[in-house]
Amino acid sequence: MARAVTPRRKALNTFAAWLIGLIIFFPILWIFVLSFKTEGNAILPPLDVLRAPWTFESYGIVQDRSDYFKHFGNSVILAFGSTLLGLIIAVPAAWAMAFVPGKRTKDILMWMLSTKMLPAVGVLYPIYLMFIKLGLLDSRIGLVIVLMLINLPIIVWMLYTYFREIPGEILEAARMDGATLREEILYVLTPMALPGMASTVLLNVILAWNEAFWTLNLTAAKAAPLTAFIASYSSPEGLFYAKLSAASVMAIAPILIMGWFSQKQLVRGLTFGAVK
Amino acid sequence: MGQIKLNQVSKSFGTVEVIPPLDLTIENGEFVVFVGPSGCGKSTLLRLIAGLEDVTSGHVMIDGVDATSIPPAKRGLAMVFQSYALYPHMSVRKNIAFPLRMAGLDKAEQDRRVRQAAEVLNLTDYLDRRPGQLSGGQRQRVAIGRAIVREPKAFLFDEPLSNLDAALRVGMRLEISELHKRLKTTMIYVTHDQVEAMTMADKIVVLQAGVIEQVGSPLELYQRPRNTFVAGFIGSPKMNLIGGAEAEKHGAATIGIRPEHIDINEKDGLWQGTVGVSEHLGSDTFFHIQCGVSPEPITVRATGEKAFEYGAKVHLTPRPEHLHRFDAKGLRIA
Repeated sequence: MARAVTPRRKALNTFAAWLIGLIIFFPILWIFVLSFKTEGNAILPPLDVLRAPWTFESYGIVQDRSDYFKHFGNSVILAFGSTLLGLIIAVPAAWAMAFVPGKRTKDILMWMLSTKMLPAVGVLYPIYLMFIKLGLLDSRIGLVIVLMLINLPIIVWMLYTYFREIPGEILEAARMDGATLREEILYVLTPMALPGMASTVLLNVILAWNEAFWTLNLTAAKAAPLTAFIASYSSPEGLFYAKLSAASVMAIAPILIMGWFSQKQLVRGLTFGAVK
Repeated sequence: MGQIKLNQVSKSFGTVEVIPPLDLTIENGEFVVFVGPSGCGKSTLLRLIAGLEDVTSGHVMIDGVDATSIPPAKRGLAMVFQSYALYPHMSVRKNIAFPLRMAGLDKAEQDRRVRQAAEVLNLTDYLDRRPGQLSGGQRQRVAIGRAIVREPKAFLFDEPLSNLDAALRVGMRLEISELHKRLKTTMIYVTHDQVEAMTMADKIVVLQAGVIEQVGSPLELYQRPRNTFVAGFIGSPKMNLIGGAEAEKHGAATIGIRPEHIDINEKDGLWQGTVGVSEHLGSDTFFHIQCGVSPEPITVRATGEKAFEYGAKVHLTPRPEHLHRFDAKGLRIA
């Protein structure tokens, strides 16, 4: 029997949803508030913080002290570069596993996923040493490769699940209709997988944008993205709340805006193709 | 042209042999139906002909040319799938034109042929719709349209009607038969429905476990089934197969008699029995009668409306000229 939705229950559910949403969102909201306060006011008790005057001071100092646009540019290159490189490798891999599965396809997929369970620090030194030997330390190309490798299992898994949703008979029909493999992928598979591919790109851009472990450890100045830009405001002399907040807001704003406009695709991506 | 010949074709998946080596010739213009229970290898056989599966050994010849290693796209065959397999992101027009586009035909010729096919299949009003906006029967027509535009050497149908409801299925059955009469192109049709096989085929290939049990015209199969499997599979309701003492009287291990070849009355006859369930179809009545000669109830088909009470005592007489005899291996005794 379907549960009756009384107005009271509906109001209660709405209230609970808003409360949970607010609790999750609160840290970001607070960062946003602090970023518009002076350094002195930012450490006051919460209510006094709200009453303190609003100012753009922190944003000005942050932009003067460190070049936002350079870091932003690096973040864009790393996020999109690693995703694009990942797609180039993952599309054929996922195609093969989805449409011509072998005996070990499932094992390979599980093995790929298992690499995500390895603590990143475990391979920090080997990779760090390789980067020194190859001269890749603090270079964009090196980071693009590392970020791509880190997200590759997710890209392959997502594409695999999307491709699996496409009935094999449709691809066979294309083959019977005289399409070559290239035409089959171009005219039939890609248009049908486009929504899934868009979700994959979106999610991986976000993951790469927010990645902080490798970007902080393998960069110094030249290739440093926005994560390093934020981190530079927590210094040994102490935390500068207002400036740190301003830097954080500047760093997360682009991705937040992008995420807002692509919510639908993103939800689809996060549910890994489970919801159509 | 469209003669298809299978020479010692076999198929194994891993160590499992689903089709032991078999030979089969399908003549140009024939309507051949592969029929058998699910899992008998009929779809696999069709896919081997299409080239969607590779043969494990043997050769597939199309018009005398060895097509065994030719990819499906180059074999010149068209296929209609059970799920229709339409391209969901393309309009009906683009779906039908797709094989022509792949063949590199110019736009005007594509348009002309699409319009022609749409007229034949009553799809003219739907050309700009997407497959998602069509009913099951219309989708099936689009799938057929996509197959006929390229004027293939042969059509391959893989259970094309099993997703349609019963009324639509009869209609589409007639349409496909008519299409065959008009185009005179070779058609190979896979189904598990023996009614479809009987009504549409020039030649039926009965398969079981990848082995061809019998090849013949519908009437040959009906009148002279080669073994008990074909005898039981072809015909509806099923042929009554009776073993034991009654069969020995006729010098056979099993005797078979079709429900329509048994006379039933209350007075006298060869076998005595008790009426079980009766099925009234109006034109016919099917009686299931518990008889001493066989542990299974005997099915009797009476023309028109006949009434026997549940539990009534009746007498059955099989017509001797319609008795089929089979030996211990299940093979027909001539």
